Amino acid sequence: MTATLALSCTAVLLAVAPLAIIIGRSSSATPVVYGLCLVASVVAFVAAVVHLLGASVQVRVTLPLGLPWLGAHFRIDELSAFFLAVVNLGAFAASLFALGYGRHEDAPSRVLPFYPAFLAGMNLVVLADDAFTFLVSWEFMSLSSWALVMAHHRDPDNLRAGYVYLIMASFGTLALLLTFGLLAGPDGGYAFADIRNEQPSAPLAALVLILTLVGAGSKAGLVPLHAWLPLAHPAAPSHVSALMSGVMTKVAVYGFVRIVFDLVGPPAWWWSMVVLALGGITAVMGVLYALMQHDLKRLLAYHTVENIGIIFIGLGLALAFKAHGMAFAAALAMTAALLHVFNHSVFKALLFFGSGAVLTATGERDMEHLGGLIHRMPQTAFVFLVGCAAISALPPLNGFVSEWLTFQAILLSPQLPSWGLKLLVPGVGALLALSAALAAACFVKAFGITFLGRPRTPVAARAHETDRLSLAAMFFLAALCLVAGILPGLFIDALAPVVQAFVGARMPVQIGVDWLSIVPIAESRSSYNGLLVFLFMVISGSLAAAAIHRLASDRLRRAPPWDCGYPDPSPVTQYSASSFAQPIRRVFGTVVFRAREHGAMPPPGDQRPARFEVELRDPIWDALYAPIAIAVGFAADRLNRLQFLTIRQFLSLVFAALVILLLVLAIWP
Amino acid sequence: MALIVDFAVQGAQMLLVLLLAPLLTGLVRRVKARFLRRRGPPLIQPYRDLMRLMRKDVVLAENASWLFRVIPYLVFAATWVAASLVPTFRTGLLFSWSADLIAIIALLGSARFFQALAGLDVGTSFGGIGSSREVMIASLAEPAMIMVVFTLALIAGSTQLSTMAGYMLSPEVGLRVSLGLAALALIMVAIAENARIPVDNPATHLELTMVHEAMVLEYSGRHLALIDLSASLKLLLYVSLIACLFSPWGLARPDAGAEALAIGTVSYLVKLAVGGVLLAIFETSIAKMRVFRVPEFLGAALMLGLLATLLLFVSRSL
Repeated sequence: MTATLALSCTAVLLAVAPLAIIIGRSSSATPVVYGLCLVASVVAFVAAVVHLLGASVQVRVTLPLGLPWLGAHFRIDELSAFFLAVVNLGAFAASLFALGYGRHEDAPSRVLPFYPAFLAGMNLVVLADDAFTFLVSWEFMSLSSWALVMAHHRDPDNLRAGYVYLIMASFGTLALLLTFGLLAGPDGGYAFADIRNEQPSAPLAALVLILTLVGAGSKAGLVPLHAWLPLAHPAAPSHVSALMSGVMTKVAVYGFVRIVFDLVGPPAWWWSMVVLALGGITAVMGVLYALMQHDLKRLLAYHTVENIGIIFIGLGLALAFKAHGMAFAAALAMTAALLHVFNHSVFKALLFFGSGAVLTATGERDMEHLGGLIHRMPQTAFVFLVGCAAISALPPLNGFVSEWLTFQAILLSPQLPSWGLKLLVPGVGALLALSAALAAACFVKAFGITFLGRPRTPVAARAHETDRLSLAAMFFLAALCLVAGILPGLFIDALAPVVQAFVGARMPVQIGVDWLSIVPIAESRSSYNGLLVFLFMVISGSLAAAAIHRLASDRLRRAPPWDCGYPDPSPVTQYSASSFAQPIRRVFGTVVFRAREHGAMPPPGDQRPARFEVELRDPIWDALYAPIAIAVGFAADRLNRLQFLTIRQFLSLVFAALVILLLVLAIWP
Repeated sequence: MALIVDFAVQGAQMLLVLLLAPLLTGLVRRVKARFLRRRGPPLIQPYRDLMRLMRKDVVLAENASWLFRVIPYLVFAATWVAASLVPTFRTGLLFSWSADLIAIIALLGSARFFQALAGLDVGTSFGGIGSSREVMIASLAEPAMIMVVFTLALIAGSTQLSTMAGYMLSPEVGLRVSLGLAALALIMVAIAENARIPVDNPATHLELTMVHEAMVLEYSGRHLALIDLSASLKLLLYVSLIACLFSPWGLARPDAGAEALAIGTVSYLVKLAVGGVLLAIFETSIAKMRVFRVPEFLGAALMLGLLATLLLFVSRSL
């Protein structure tokens, strides 16, 4: 039932895409397309949630599409229901936001047809139940999102972003193609049910893990395969950026979980070490990159990399516990990871919407040209602040809960018997703590430079509040951040069937705990109550305000800023994004990015201003991508000669190729 | 009935920390002044300052936003809630389970997040310098603190402060290398978090060396009073935290009677006084560091915490 409903919604989305091409020129196209997407995603979301909470009957649907002897298999189980809910919640919010935001789009016909197709692609990936359908949907999702990245294709930066994205996406799909080739075994059973029955040998399973990490990891943005992500996500229109960052990376996480926790069979002990190490490095590198940015949307995209790292730390811990038969600990770690999947999809979408609102209001993405927007856009500023606090893992909002659960899972890991893990896990814990602290620093910068202070340019000074529908979408997500933060027990319980199905145990039921606390193991061990913390803060804050205003003074007068007696009216004397990050750049950046600062002072008498420049190198681009690009360029140069051969040389080349091919065939065993 | 008593004890703790916090600050100032051969202000001077500030008008910068006016209350609320959750004279208070040590650290993180935003709100260069340095310090102090929490949690088998303090009171603890490392790291973090010498100087208004004071430069009147009170509360919180973890003697158990509560209160006051005097001695005997030496100082704390955690992962008895 639910699978059919979800598939029908997907079919509706697929039908909306050609409709958008037909009516693309008319003025009503934007509301019609986004309205239909909104309805379809709400229906699919409700179906997914009902499936997750209600009777977990597995439903299979086989459609006569695709390979003739295989057909297209679809199935909805606990995991796909959860990810379906995440996808469609994001799709709902993005469609609502786009109902308002889409009106400011210059070329709607470049966005409208691909948007529903992109949504349909993501839905199909989580519903697919055979390798062929999975790969086709995956590639469909990649290509439709690529088309959205190229929506504003006149910008040379976007062209480059689209190019890099296309290469990386194809590379990732290739890795997944090989993964499924290995998994399917010699008989070619491509349905997931057949794959599950087939147990690959240990070296093959290890190869599958590596290929999955490459394939799904590159889509999710695991370091060092993240290079496309901060280019492509910001290039798309903001509601699509929100979907790519908040939701599409989660579809990649789904792919990883589906293959590694489900299809490939029981994990070996060392798998978790690879995943944990990659997760830890990704978390810290992602946030350090983000701190160095002054483009608001790129900063947010780099932060997605960080959060993917946190999710993979949780998944790595779950793998470690599962491999050692510690099912309860594995359930805790997996719940933490999945809860972070949900949380991140909520607050990252919110933050991208906020950046979209800023972009429409000012036409600027560069924080160095913004400032003071809190006066002109108070409501956007408020919801953006909620998103910033949530992503910085501040209680009582939702980001804190999933990070807290991850810390609790780390604290269970000394019981792991293997020495490698014993030495690795504390290090990963330190990396996680470091990335959380740096994330807070980064969002002080993102909010402080963009919304606080004085406007740095006239466009920032003339900004105006965004439209009502966009605000509604943002307020909805902000409210969700608070609800998931103060009532995390509900969400943990909803995740229990997923976790039960994949690691064989679940966290204790949280809904019956006194005062709605969450207690992962036992109350004497650890507990957290977001609701009470929130109430205490509200009560003590208002108590203080009431007491002071009533008993002491409530008078207020306005005066010029004090600034130790020398306030300078020019807005360039404020701290900028780059000067705010300077201390952190000096502490971490000199090692990681080989950051150098050059100050150029003109000679005395010269009227030119002094210049200050910061030079940063991207270590991963330099070490990994640049050599590949150079090698490809070198090979292309050499092969270029083939274009200028004479006809005799061409013929002998063809002959030689034929002889070599026949020789190989003759020698092949 | 038992519930009412529990409520009363919890309420007493909330009031106690609020009332004692300025006294501790006053004590540190007084002792420091005596060491510098000055007479120093009377112990109750911080209370007087707070009362006077509260009665004064707020002078608000022309372009300050609504956030700037809300932040003092937010910072105060987060710090006060955090401070009331640390056991002072009794463990196992009514609401002690509502946030464990990680959550308490995160609450202080919330307070700092908003305070750093306040520094950027008016758009002055001093506010910016304070905020950017504060987040740099925090980006190292917070992970170091989390590593200390890990160490203690692995020893006590819990992240609940009450359980931890109870375990530290019990004879099973013994002398451990990891505990010593964690104590050292915690003290280093506490110094940095409270903007004390050698990391920051709470008494200075010398522009280039300020961190915390630069951040709150634009505040005045009742807003400044709340920020100052929060800073005092934070100092009290860290002293209580160190006291309840590393010298838990005298702490009353959850089922204790009136006599044990009295012992607990007296011993808590003694611990606070000792902590304040030690801090003053430490501050007068050391010079302030340059700002970019602070990362090395806190990096050392982080490494100590990581080492302590690693030792516990290797062997439960270290």
